[in-house]
Amino acid sequence: MSGVSEPELRHVGLTLEGVPPLKRAQVESDVFGFWAFLMSDALIFALLFAIYATMIGRYAGGPTPGQEFKFHSAFWETALLLTSSFTYGGVSIALKHDAKRRWIVLFTAITFCLGAYFVRMECHEFTTMFHDGATPEDSGYLSSFFVLVAMHGFHVTCGLIWMLLMGAQMAIHGIDQRVKVNFVRLGLFWHFLDIVWVCIFTIVYLHGLQR
Amino acid sequence: MHDPSVLWYIFLGRFEWDSLPFVEAWRHPTTSEIIAACASGIVIIGALVVFAGITYFRKWRYLWTEWFTSLDHKKIGVMYIIFAVIMMARALIEAALMRLQQAIAINNPGILAPDHFAQLFTTHGTIMIFFVAMPLLIGLINVAMPLQIGARDVAFPFLNSMSLWMTVGGGCLMMVSLVVGKFSTGGWSGYPPFTELRFNGGVGPDYWIWALTISSLGNMATGINFAVTIYKLRAPGMMWMRMPLFTWTAFCTAILIIFAMPPLTVATLLLAADRYLGMHFFTNALGGNMMNFVNLFWLFGHPEVYILILPAFGVYSEVVAAYSSKALYGYTSLVLATAAIAILSFTVWLHHFFTMGQSAGINSFFGVATMLIGIPTGVKIYDWIWTMFWGEVRFTAPMLFSIAFMITFTIGGATGIMLAFPPLDYMVHNTLFLVAHFHNMLIPGLLFGMFAGFQYWFPKLFGFRLEEKWGRISVFFWVVGFYLAFLPLYVMGASGAARRTAEFFNPAFRPWTIIAMLGALAIFAGFGCLFLQVWSSIRNRYALLVPAGDPWDARTLEWSIPCPAPEYNFSVIPQVSHRDDFYWRKVNGSAYKPADHYRDIEMPKNSGVGPIMGIATGICFFGLVWHIWLYAAVFFFVATGAGISRSFMRDLHKIIPAAEVEAEHRRWLAQAAAARPVRRQLELTPANEGLAACQG
Amino acid sequence: MTLSSSVRRDLAAYGIGYALAIALTGISFAIVFFRLLEPRPAFVIILILALVQVTVHLRCFLHVSFKRPAREDLHLVMFSAIVILLMLGGTFIILFDLDTRMM
Repeated sequence: MSGVSEPELRHVGLTLEGVPPLKRAQVESDVFGFWAFLMSDALIFALLFAIYATMIGRYAGGPTPGQEFKFHSAFWETALLLTSSFTYGGVSIALKHDAKRRWIVLFTAITFCLGAYFVRMECHEFTTMFHDGATPEDSGYLSSFFVLVAMHGFHVTCGLIWMLLMGAQMAIHGIDQRVKVNFVRLGLFWHFLDIVWVCIFTIVYLHGLQR
Repeated sequence: MHDPSVLWYIFLGRFEWDSLPFVEAWRHPTTSEIIAACASGIVIIGALVVFAGITYFRKWRYLWTEWFTSLDHKKIGVMYIIFAVIMMARALIEAALMRLQQAIAINNPGILAPDHFAQLFTTHGTIMIFFVAMPLLIGLINVAMPLQIGARDVAFPFLNSMSLWMTVGGGCLMMVSLVVGKFSTGGWSGYPPFTELRFNGGVGPDYWIWALTISSLGNMATGINFAVTIYKLRAPGMMWMRMPLFTWTAFCTAILIIFAMPPLTVATLLLAADRYLGMHFFTNALGGNMMNFVNLFWLFGHPEVYILILPAFGVYSEVVAAYSSKALYGYTSLVLATAAIAILSFTVWLHHFFTMGQSAGINSFFGVATMLIGIPTGVKIYDWIWTMFWGEVRFTAPMLFSIAFMITFTIGGATGIMLAFPPLDYMVHNTLFLVAHFHNMLIPGLLFGMFAGFQYWFPKLFGFRLEEKWGRISVFFWVVGFYLAFLPLYVMGASGAARRTAEFFNPAFRPWTIIAMLGALAIFAGFGCLFLQVWSSIRNRYALLVPAGDPWDARTLEWSIPCPAPEYNFSVIPQVSHRDDFYWRKVNGSAYKPADHYRDIEMPKNSGVGPIMGIATGICFFGLVWHIWLYAAVFFFVATGAGISRSFMRDLHKIIPAAEVEAEHRRWLAQAAAARPVRRQLELTPANEGLAACQG
Repeated sequence: MTLSSSVRRDLAAYGIGYALAIALTGISFAIVFFRLLEPRPAFVIILILALVQVTVHLRCFLHVSFKRPAREDLHLVMFSAIVILLMLGGTFIILFDLDTRMM
């Protein structure tokens, strides 16, 4: 495995036939480098999970997850994010098969709406908890809950901003090589966030609602 | 305490007049305060002199276009190294001050107040790790690694520039902390609850948090950059097992960086959450758990020390092989040992806190794991010794550094095995014994390696060798200085002297602290000699020119190109067919040949976005430290905006035409053909033009 | 609108992934909502279901596989998984040990 590889399909959303070798190496580097970044991000989330796990029970006499978590918001947030992952698949397929720009815009827009609604639901959930008197300053447990979930929400928000920027890039540059690579990376990012959310709803919400 | 007006708070945050050391010294003129004021003055005057000098000689444009905005990995590497050396000067002064204090302060308050002493050991450690050691090794890897794998640049040249300027921004933050406000007194490890609001609500721990954060941001990007470069940009035919050892260690270092930085990021950000948002991750009350911080910090801290040492091991592999005129002994075992060290480094972190209350079983596991890590390191030392055996060894300064390393580092390694044994660690944890051990690893290990690497690759960067004389004198001072400064600390530590202590009460320590202070002065002399070496070599550079490119008769790819290396490194990307491919070509007479076909070369254009992002982030974090939310917000948007704008840019490359590349290459080949090859006996004379006599 | 067979195949991969993920999510929620099991075994089951779902995401959405082009990504994911396990496992063991000794 050295240097330049053969012309072949590298990732969904990206065909490399007809791309000169040097550019191909740059594309592979770009995507692989983003994978490496995602792995470090995965580690950050994993450590936040570890902190969360060690903080379970440290309620300092304050609100507990059983009191504060709600099934329906956890369920609908999950549904929204999962579906948005699926609709981003539409973006990837459209890119791969050189579909007309409007398909890419359409699927990105749908993904954006689903993701935005997810963020809105999460903010609503947080403000409800604050009104209930469950704030991060209350206890070690609540601090770790809010930081873990808000960190994920912050990443989702960055993804949404990224989608808007992709819209701007498409408007200015069309769908050139760099725009394609950016879409691939955004896709990796978006799917990765859904993976983290699977862990969040399992370890934080479902586990918390058990008590 | 006056109430700051709203305007003051918006533009100056929690700044007050006695945040300035001058004002403090005026109000309370103790020796300690006056020293602080002098340090502050030196920073201000130093900055002014540098700025005035650059303006006077009208070098701003040159610096901006040729250096600051460059995306060339060689120039970025040099800037990293220069930055590290400047920060090292400060950290060495701090060390000398601490040694002076401990020499005087036996049953005596000495010249430094305890609070000031605490800031000194904190900044000394923080600067040495994050702003000297990391930039040094990152700079050296930047310089040499792409050349060794036959690449034109790293995978992400822009990220490389951004990383450099993030680090510089962090360094500026550290320097500014001398002028305004106090630094943390919690040591470079910053344990809560001491660094929580309740015990240290001032700017100190915040300076520490944000300096570390900005450094981590830069280092993360660098880790990814190096790993992807080695994964993807190796020349055709450069299989994994044909890579030079320095590249192998650079690769393992990059992997360690990618996986070791996240725990530090989490630890510092959660501490910031406690301090800025009133949360309870590590507080005493309301459910905080300080052991979470300790665990997280050392999850980072242990791989970090292997990040620091592996590149040095790589340098020693290159240097020892080159100056023994032999192929490296036991290449496969060295690669496996490096990989083993990298993986095992994730399994030993608890040995940094044996005494924090875990049960014996857990301590034992980590103790055994720690001892196991000594084995691959020992394998490496044997391999280097066997490389020298039956070789034609030349005792140049880098070789002398390497030999000093082999002996001295082994002593430190032995004390490491002692410390790995929990019951013994209970006796000497947090004593000067521990301080002596880790300096014993870092100075002969990391620093000597960096010096050796710098001297070894200097000709490739600048076109001329460094003079040997001051190099060898420097080795002498560093080795003598190290032994004088740190062996007494083993003795004191075993006798119970605690670390981070401003005053001792046992008169038996006095002779040792005085010897240690003399050692510090010798180290300072060694440091100065390195400057003298560079300065004297620059003055004498025409006699030291080695344009043909191979002054040491070395074996790896970087020596097959001119000295100094052209911007695009290789006129034609080499086709590699062996380990030590260049040496094989020299022996077979197929080196120094023109290519069949030259192509246009595409190189990245310069970019000002890197410096903008780094400096803006530094100012943003300065705002966070002083609670000047206005600056924090504005410069956050400047930094992120600059980065985002880069993704909209399209005209990012320049083309160097094939004709120009061919002309330059042929000119150099003619120069090499006209050069006289020298045998190793003459390599340190002006006769050495960079062409090695064929060994045949 | 007619779709070529390769588009259909790609859509199918995403579709299968989506369906599997919904099913796994549904089962997890059902187990907890309807209290189908005791808390401790329930938590183990939903953890396993989460792990399966993560694998589904990796395979169907992120195209991580044993095939040659994707192998480097697989290496990276596996190595990260090992490091994460070491760090998480070590953290749990250490912190719970400390908790036990403190209480």
